Amino acid sequence: MSHSRRAQALTGAVLAVALLTAGCGGSDASDEPYDPDAPVTLTVGTFGTMDLDNSGLYEEYMELHPNVTIEQNNIAQSAAYYQSLQTRLAAGSGLDDIQGLEIGFIADVARNHADSFVDFASLDNADELEGNFYDWKWGQASTDDGRVLGLGTDSGPQAMCYRTDLFAQAGLPTDREQVGQLWSTWDDYLDVARQYQAAPGTPAGSAFVDSPASIFSSSVYQGDLAYNDEEGNPIPGDSDGVDSAWGFASQAAEEGLTANLSQFGDEWNAAFSNGAFATIACPAWMLGYITSQMGDEGAGLWDIAPLPGAEQSASNWGGAWLGVPSNGENVEAATELVEWLTAPEQQVRVFTEAAHFPSSPQAAEDPAVVGFTDPYFSDAPTGEIFSQSAANIQRTPIGPYDTQIQEAFTTALTDVATNGTSPDEAFQNALEAAEQAVGG
Amino acid sequence: MTIASQSPSAAPTTAPVPVDPPTPDAPPARRRTTLTRNRWGYAYVAPFFLVFAAFSLYPFLYTAWVSLHRTSLSDIDGGTFVGLENYRNLLQSEFFWNAARNTLTIGILGTVPQLCMALGLAHLLNYKLRGRTFFRTVMLMPYATSIAAATLVFAQLFGRDYGLINTALEAVGLDRVDWEAGTWTSQIAIAVIVTWRWTGYNALIYLAAMQSIPGELYEAAEIDGASRWKQFLHVTIPSLRPTILFTIVVSTIGAVQLFGEPLLFAGNGTTSGGSSGQYQTLGLLMYQQGWTNFHIGQAATTAWAMFLIILLVVGANAVVGRLRARADR
Repeated sequence: MSHSRRAQALTGAVLAVALLTAGCGGSDASDEPYDPDAPVTLTVGTFGTMDLDNSGLYEEYMELHPNVTIEQNNIAQSAAYYQSLQTRLAAGSGLDDIQGLEIGFIADVARNHADSFVDFASLDNADELEGNFYDWKWGQASTDDGRVLGLGTDSGPQAMCYRTDLFAQAGLPTDREQVGQLWSTWDDYLDVARQYQAAPGTPAGSAFVDSPASIFSSSVYQGDLAYNDEEGNPIPGDSDGVDSAWGFASQAAEEGLTANLSQFGDEWNAAFSNGAFATIACPAWMLGYITSQMGDEGAGLWDIAPLPGAEQSASNWGGAWLGVPSNGENVEAATELVEWLTAPEQQVRVFTEAAHFPSSPQAAEDPAVVGFTDPYFSDAPTGEIFSQSAANIQRTPIGPYDTQIQEAFTTALTDVATNGTSPDEAFQNALEAAEQAVGG
Repeated sequence: MTIASQSPSAAPTTAPVPVDPPTPDAPPARRRTTLTRNRWGYAYVAPFFLVFAAFSLYPFLYTAWVSLHRTSLSDIDGGTFVGLENYRNLLQSEFFWNAARNTLTIGILGTVPQLCMALGLAHLLNYKLRGRTFFRTVMLMPYATSIAAATLVFAQLFGRDYGLINTALEAVGLDRVDWEAGTWTSQIAIAVIVTWRWTGYNALIYLAAMQSIPGELYEAAEIDGASRWKQFLHVTIPSLRPTILFTIVVSTIGAVQLFGEPLLFAGNGTTSGGSSGQYQTLGLLMYQQGWTNFHIGQAATTAWAMFLIILLVVGANAVVGRLRARADR
C-alpha cells in the first residue's frame, strides 16, 4: 500500500533529521595531552565593569604568551549575565572558557553546579593558590566538601563616602579624621543625619544619604550572620545582621533622612550630579561608580571616612571570582590564565588602574596599594582605608538567594520612605517577598 | 520520536478517516481523493506547520510539562514532579492575585480610553482633509518605535525629581507627583505608554473599516435628517461592530501579556513592579519567578494561568459578540 510506504519514508526522514541534529550537539573535549604552546583562543565571560580589559591585563598576557588570543564577552547587567549563564549551564553548552562569578551567584554555583566547574583545590599548586587570597574570599567559593570553584578578583571592603562641599555648607567638619569620629556607630551616623538636615546652610532638597538601601546593604554584613545561617540556608527573619540593619535603615527611611532613591535606578544616577545627597555607603567598587556618574565636575567634591561601626565589625559587600567550566575545550589553558589574572601582582594593577580592591592580602599590603591616594576623592588614602577594612573582615556565610533577599528588604525600605508604610508591616512584606524568592 | 513508533494508519493523510464521525456527508473515499488532489497545497503549507510545531507547539507543551515540576532555570529538565502543586500554590499566592488585579486595572486604563480615542481619530481622518496621508503615517509612528525606547523616554518624563511632567506641574502651581510610587499614578503612567503606542494602530484599523461602509447609508441618514453625530452613532458604530470586537480581542490579549512597560518603568531592572508591587503585572510576575528567582516551574505555571485567562476573556468576548449579533437580527 502506497500510504504505508510513504509513512515509512516520512519516518525515515524525521529520524534522519533527529540523528543529524543530535550529532551536531555533541562535541567532546579532546583527549590529547595539553600543549602549553599550541595556538589557542580563550573566551572570558564577564559582567558589568570587571575592568580586566581596561587594566591592560589581557594585552600583557598575550604578549607573554604569543600563542594565546583572549576574547572577552561582556554583559553590562549582572542579572542578565547570570540568566544567560544559568541557561547555558542547563543546556551544558555555550559556556565561555572562563566565566566571571559574582558574589550573588557564587553560592548557587557552589551548591548546585559544583560539577560544572574546575576545582582549584584539587590542583597541584592548590596550597600556593590558597595563600594568595583572604580566608573568607577562598572560603566563599568553596563547597561543603572542600572544592573551590573560582579564584577571587576584587572584593568589597567598605567605607563611607561624603561630600565635603555639602558638609561645609551644613557646618559639619570636612576633615576625614574628624568625620570618622562623628560616626563611630550607626546611631551616631543617624544623629549627624538629623543635624545635617536641620542645619540652615544645607541646600534645599539635599538629604543626608542617598537611600535607605545604602544603610541597610552596608550594615547587614556587619552582623555575625547576614541572610543565611552557617550552612548557607536563608534565615532572613532571624539574623542579627538583618535585625540591626533594618532598625537603622527603617529609622532613616521613616524620618526622611534619605533622598529615597532606588539604587542603580535612573533618578539615582541623575542625583549624583545634583547634590541630592551628602553621603553614600562606599564598598570599594562604588568609587568607580561615583567617578563615572559625576565625571570631571565631581573631582575633589568627595572624601572617604570609615563606615559607621567599622571598629566593631569590618564587612564586605560584593566582589567576584573567575571560574573555569570543566567541560570546555581549553580547560588547562583557561586555568592557567585565571591563575595569572587573579595573582597578587595583577590584582595590584586592577586596583591602581581601575580602583577594584584586591581580594589577596599580598596585593592589599603591596606598597603600590597601601600608598595609593585617589586625587578624585580629595587625595584620600583609599589604599590604606580599604586595606585596613579588608584585613579585619570576618567571613559572613553567603547563600544562593542573597541578591533576591537583599532586594526584598531594600524594596520594602523604599515603601517605608515613600508611602509611609509602617516599618513593621514593611518588614513582614519583605519577609514574604524573600520567602517567595527562596520558594520552598 | 513518537511518529516512528506509530502505525501507518496514524500518518497525517489517513488519520481523520477512522476517528472523524461528525461529518457523515463526506464519505471516506471522496475525502481521500480530495486529499491526494490537494497534496501540493499541503506541501506548500507544511513549512509553516513545521516551524509552528518547533517554535510554538513544542514550547507550549513543554511549558505545561515544566509547570508540573519543582525546578530551577539551570536545571529545567531535572527537578521533582509535583503534579498540580504549583497551580495550587499560585492560586493561594498573594503575589499572583496582586498581579492579576494590577493587570486588570492597567488593562482597563490602557485599553478603554485608547480604543475610544482611536475611534474618534479614525472618524476625523475619514473626512477629506488636506494632507491626510501625512496624518495617517504620523499616527502609525508610535507603533513603529520599540517598547524599550518608548518606555525609557516615558519613565524619564514621569521621573519624580527631574521629570518633565513634574516640572510642568510645578510651573502651573500644582504639586509634584511621585508617579512611580503610588498605585494609581504608576498604573496611569504605564497606561499612558500603552495608549500612546497603540492608539494610532487601532485608529488605522477603524479607518480601513469605515472606508468600506457604503456611502448610501450616510446619504439615506442625511435625508432622514440625522446630524453628523447621529450618523456616527447609528451608522458608523454599528457597521464597525465586528472590527471593534476584533480590536478589543487583540488589545485584551496584549493587556494580559503586558510586560515590557512595567519592567522598564522601574528604571533599575528590578522585577518586583514597584516598592509594594503596585504595578507588577502577570507577565512581570512570571519573569520575576523564572528569571530573578530562578523558579522556572512556578514561572511556567504562571504562563499557563495567563494563557487560560486569555482564553476565558477572548471566549467571553466572542460569546457577547455573537449574542449581540443574534439580538440584532
